[in-house]
Amino acid sequence: MTSVRYTKDHEYVRVEGDVAVVGISDYAQQQLGDVVFVELPEIGKIVTKGGEAAVVESVKAASEVYAPLSGEVVEVNSELEGAPGLVNEAAEGKGWFMKLKLSNPAELDELLNEHAYKDFLDTLA
Amino acid sequence: MDHSEPLLETPLFSAHRALGARMVPFAGYQMPVQYPDGILAEHGWTRTHAGLFDVSHMGQALLRGPDHATTARALEALAPADFLNLAPGKQRYSQLLTDDGGIIDDFMVTRPLAPEADGTLILVVNAACKAGDFAHIAAHLPDGITLIERPERALLALQGPEAATVMARHCPQAAALDFMAAIPATFDGIPVEVSRSGYTGEDGFEISVENDSAPLLWAALLAEPEVKAIGLGARDSLRLEAGLCLYGHDIDLATSPIEAALMWSIQKRRRIEGGFPGAERIQHELAQGPARVRVGLRLEGRAPAREGAEIASGGAVVGLVTSGGFAPTLAAPIAMGYVPPALSAPGTRLDVLVRGKALAATVASLPFVPTRYARKPKAGG
Repeated sequence: MTSVRYTKDHEYVRVEGDVAVVGISDYAQQQLGDVVFVELPEIGKIVTKGGEAAVVESVKAASEVYAPLSGEVVEVNSELEGAPGLVNEAAEGKGWFMKLKLSNPAELDELLNEHAYKDFLDTLA
Repeated sequence: MDHSEPLLETPLFSAHRALGARMVPFAGYQMPVQYPDGILAEHGWTRTHAGLFDVSHMGQALLRGPDHATTARALEALAPADFLNLAPGKQRYSQLLTDDGGIIDDFMVTRPLAPEADGTLILVVNAACKAGDFAHIAAHLPDGITLIERPERALLALQGPEAATVMARHCPQAAALDFMAAIPATFDGIPVEVSRSGYTGEDGFEISVENDSAPLLWAALLAEPEVKAIGLGARDSLRLEAGLCLYGHDIDLATSPIEAALMWSIQKRRRIEGGFPGAERIQHELAQGPARVRVGLRLEGRAPAREGAEIASGGAVVGLVTSGGFAPTLAAPIAMGYVPPALSAPGTRLDVLVRGKALAATVASLPFVPTRYARKPKAGG
């Protein structure tokens, strides 16, 4: 059973075993509008929870994407290079950014579950 | 700008809301940055059909004096275009200049067609600058000439290859206009002032109308199958592809019209005679060349370079990007910025520094996307 967790910066994490799939939430892609470029980290990069992990560029502006958890980048979604619009089409599916091998899985407990994230989004409206 | 001030609304605020626009603060107004289709789709629609823009936040005013020559000369004391020889019904682009030749704002000036309007010039200035512009102009006018603001008017722009077809159905006189020409007309019986101009590089029109009639005009245009509402996001990407300056970004108080590659907007008589603020600097730059010049840049790869990114040559920083983003028509990143003239020739290879990485870029001639203005072929060419 996989579960999705979110940050208040609108990244999501879907844990599959000891690997976490990371991307930006559907709400985030809606707010950004058309995504035209995603700068992904290099494989092997060590990221720290809350540190810069990627950059997503819409037509209008560049936004930083922070690592929701600490770990090592073990895979990136190379499809985004040619098709950054996947982030708009399926932010929490084919538009994923990277996979992290978690160094501190306990950090997961600090993230919002789906229900808590929805409540958080309601406060932004 | 004081952000604690309540945001203003244009007469089309409700119309934008009804279309599902995302409204953002811009120049003190709540303006639509995009509609549900999104910026890429809106941009593409304008390049292939006709896009309708609410630009009512822009500043409209009349400069009124006893006769054309007197009014034109008063404006020539503030801006470097030849307004004296502007024909009735014609429009010209110019800049309000500081005494140092820096740009206070760029604006459009129209000489009305009607003989009874002789002595009046119609001005349209940028939204974010309008209070300052109007105060500046009013403070520098000789006796007998007055600046009359027109807050009672809205401004719509219809832009794209199908704009003329649409206008022909409602306002046939407008569809017969040449680029940079203007007439008073009626649109389905509504009095309007129409010019063949715009800020997208496409053929198109700008339509000034009284606030009360603006929603009716908007609805009539939007009901046409060729027309969709387009937000400020696509307006920005369209003007960037067209190589047009955005005030506060590509031009500002420090840039001269010559640095900004706007010398075409200073007609020959003015270049020779001077008599406008900053004439000394501008005449010097015309003769000797400016210290830096605005250029277009094509970037390799897909990463856009944004305003403020450094431009480098041989490892040394030589300039800054002033506008940059993704060009939907070219499916590639483009930018404009300032470089020394020696590095300004199209084809010159430079680097743009984005997040610490040097991205290869090439100086490109402007516009990036060919313009399609409705110009009459020149006789004897």
